[in-house]
Amino acid sequence: MGILDFYLSEIAKYVIGGCILAYTFFSFLVFVYKGEKRRGWIYGFQTAFLFLTQFACFIQIIAKTGSKRYLLLLAIQTLVILTTISLYKMIYPDGNRLIIHNMCFMLMVGMLVITRVSYWKGIKQFMIASVSIVIALLIPEIIFRLEILEKMGYVFAAAGLILLTVLLVYGTVTNGSKINFRIAGISFMPTEVVKLFFVFFAASVLSMKTNFKNVAICSVLAAAHVIILVLLKDLGSALIYFVVYMCILLVATGNPLYFISGFAFGGLASVVAYKLFPHIQVRVAAFINPWADIETGGYQIAQSLFAISGGGLFGLGLYGGNPTSIPYVEEDFIFAAISEELGIIFACCLLAICISTFVMVLREAYKIKNDFGRLLCLGFGVTYIFQVFLTAGGNSKFIPLTGVTLPLVSYGGTSVLVSIVMFAFIEGECLVRSDERYQDYLEKKKEAAYRNKAVNNGQRKSD
Amino acid sequence: MDKENQTEKNSKTTNKNLYSIVFIGSAFIVLFAVMISYICVFSFSNKQEMMDNSYNTHQALLKKQNSRGSIYSSDGKILARTVKDDKGEEVREYPYEKVFAHIVGFSSHGRSGIEDMANYYLINSNISINSKANAYENEEKFPGDSLYTTLDTRLQETAYEALSAHKGAVIVSNVKTGEILAMVSKPDFDPNNLDKEWVSMTTDEDNTQLLNRATQGLYPPGSTFKIVTALEYFRENGDNYKNYHFSCNGRFTYEGNTINCFHGESHGSVDFPLSFAKSCNSSFANMAITLDRNSFNSTLSGLMFGSELPWDMNHKKSSAICNEGLSDNDIMQLGIGQGKTTVTPLHMHLITSAIANGGSLVKPRVMDRVVSDEGKVIKSFYEDETKQLITSEEAEFLRDLMHEVVEKGTASKLKGLSYTAAGKTGSAEFKDSTSDSHAWFTGFAPYEDPEIAVTIIVENAGSGGEFAVPIAKRIFDKYFS
Repeated sequence: MGILDFYLSEIAKYVIGGCILAYTFFSFLVFVYKGEKRRGWIYGFQTAFLFLTQFACFIQIIAKTGSKRYLLLLAIQTLVILTTISLYKMIYPDGNRLIIHNMCFMLMVGMLVITRVSYWKGIKQFMIASVSIVIALLIPEIIFRLEILEKMGYVFAAAGLILLTVLLVYGTVTNGSKINFRIAGISFMPTEVVKLFFVFFAASVLSMKTNFKNVAICSVLAAAHVIILVLLKDLGSALIYFVVYMCILLVATGNPLYFISGFAFGGLASVVAYKLFPHIQVRVAAFINPWADIETGGYQIAQSLFAISGGGLFGLGLYGGNPTSIPYVEEDFIFAAISEELGIIFACCLLAICISTFVMVLREAYKIKNDFGRLLCLGFGVTYIFQVFLTAGGNSKFIPLTGVTLPLVSYGGTSVLVSIVMFAFIEGECLVRSDERYQDYLEKKKEAAYRNKAVNNGQRKSD
Repeated sequence: MDKENQTEKNSKTTNKNLYSIVFIGSAFIVLFAVMISYICVFSFSNKQEMMDNSYNTHQALLKKQNSRGSIYSSDGKILARTVKDDKGEEVREYPYEKVFAHIVGFSSHGRSGIEDMANYYLINSNISINSKANAYENEEKFPGDSLYTTLDTRLQETAYEALSAHKGAVIVSNVKTGEILAMVSKPDFDPNNLDKEWVSMTTDEDNTQLLNRATQGLYPPGSTFKIVTALEYFRENGDNYKNYHFSCNGRFTYEGNTINCFHGESHGSVDFPLSFAKSCNSSFANMAITLDRNSFNSTLSGLMFGSELPWDMNHKKSSAICNEGLSDNDIMQLGIGQGKTTVTPLHMHLITSAIANGGSLVKPRVMDRVVSDEGKVIKSFYEDETKQLITSEEAEFLRDLMHEVVEKGTASKLKGLSYTAAGKTGSAEFKDSTSDSHAWFTGFAPYEDPEIAVTIIVENAGSGGEFAVPIAKRIFDKYFS
């Protein structure tokens, strides 16, 4: 590494910080303008800063490691992201581009950091993400065509519960709360997939009727999911399912009483769970004072905090820190790794970008008239943002650690696939919404024409 | 008709639904805003503490990248620096060898002293990017930031030599700024030879060379504690102390308990200032039995007995107990600083400094500023933390008493010099037999407008007036020369 490389990697730090700030700025500027057409130029800038961030990161890596193999990787990844962005734009001109851009940005950061931690895991992640994107391209069309999905709530509930029960009986337990399933040599995490089923189930059932009986049945089924997850020791997922269900319930019924009593019940249940399960007590103890038993319970969180605070504003630079000192860094602690090497500014911007995605999803939910579509968007949006909250909050000791991955960024094939599919469904609902608008427009036009005709006829009659 | 109903129903629920969406959105935005602020504040405010944690791997990273910075005295002399040995490996060098052993400390075999307290600054490098690039090209490490301390090599050396072969400790500080000018503890060690001597030092129980006696040694305060007793008497009796008289015949007996004056000397008829100046045990035992135990207790806690001292390095808590159940014998012992009472030299020093500074204690500090290798000041330390330990009236009262000790009492070796000193001696008995005693002196100069305070303990030497006061004189002489 020569003197030029040294300058490059140092300057890249600030360029990366600047680029992500600019990208974040544009991802909020989007909300100032109404209508995708008027936002065209913003999306242009966004794409530019996305690639600039990626480019600067790779420059830093190459300057630091001197390895040429990253150059090829950069080229391929840039190509894939560019293709994704343009394909979505071409195939679904009515889709929301902010969501796609933000999704690509998160994927880009994830692949970068995973590659840095472990080169081959990064390649694997990249391939899974690429395949997922291709699969996901079909999804908006599916949801747009298959209205029957709306009525299949109980089927989804049954599928989800059966899968979880099987897991409870046969699943192999690793790391206390990580559940893996192996089918034909490919391991995947069923709880991630069941997340999709669960949102479908809740959105479908609650969009049909919101009388007390229906809500009660639905809530019992939802509680069954959560209880099985708690028994599986997957606290993070249990919490996500719970919060997602409460949000869907609130929006479906518009009744704050359900919401408040639900949370009161949830609070009570978590106190009981705390008393019952020692592994929860360990987590809480590590949260309250990670330094007390750093050798055992507090080790992960302490290392994570060292990483976050050690990075400073602009980070130590990729390959400048020591992220592998955190156990499971590429899964549960990717946020800490990002803070360490890319800086606090970068990490906070990443959170802001997640919020921008979330707000956009809620806006879609707000505008859509189809009840099922609205609840589906909302459910996926909350699943996404709450997961981000749990992992970032857990890494930084804002809340106790739950062992949840950062969607689209963390290593894990199932997690990436499910997250991409989730966003594809949201894109599908965007299509539904713009179709609603188009139908409204047609109807108004028809009505106007009809009225015109009537007026004309009248005129004729009076003639 | 049916369809109309449907849309009507939809629009009814829609409003509530939409509010709920806005609510959920706002809730998460607020949550994230709080979390982001928390992350920023937490990681920056705890950065230094976390970096010093021995489990933090960033330390090793920085060690690989930067060479540990130097430590300087206030007069610009190098106290510690990193040099390369014959094999080209980095070693820490301490040019003053044993003289600054405890206060500067060491950074191998764990960390102690300033090396520990300033670790974060020493392992970081704040040179410009150009200098870093140059260092990089030459395949050198980046030079770490340096620390300038408040220590004065002249005073430190004087104190070190004056203590000679005795065990004990010396502290010198500026009473107005809290700057520690010298801190010596003996027996000592040579931080340059830590590798060789480590095993013998850590296994030898008697010598305890590694212990910084100035801050961690607990001693019976002996007569220096009469400062506290006098303060309590003044608080309870006010100006009536002027009417106090006592006739000393070398001992004082109360309900079967006897207190002897040092070496049984009889002081004759003494008033309050003279009791203090001559350090008359009988007279102070006589005072002590009249004191209100509750009031005495609150005076003790006000003077930080039993609590942490305002000092950022390791130190022990002093202990002086006065409660309702205290027997007459015990309160007589307490009044003359014997019995179960123990203090650290640092604690005695802080009380003296507060008296010299009009009752207000400035938090002592030993770090002055952090400077990058290019001379840029990265951080300045200044102490704004002061605490009114006693009122200015009480401080003046005690200052006058301590001046009398020099003029008419046990510290007369400091009399008639170019400066006017004030202080209190002590000869603390630490065994049941009366022959062994630690020599204490704690005082300040000049009396008119105090600048520096000096506290000395010489273990097992004899009387304070004879063994501790001459050391104080050498230090004062050096300071005022």
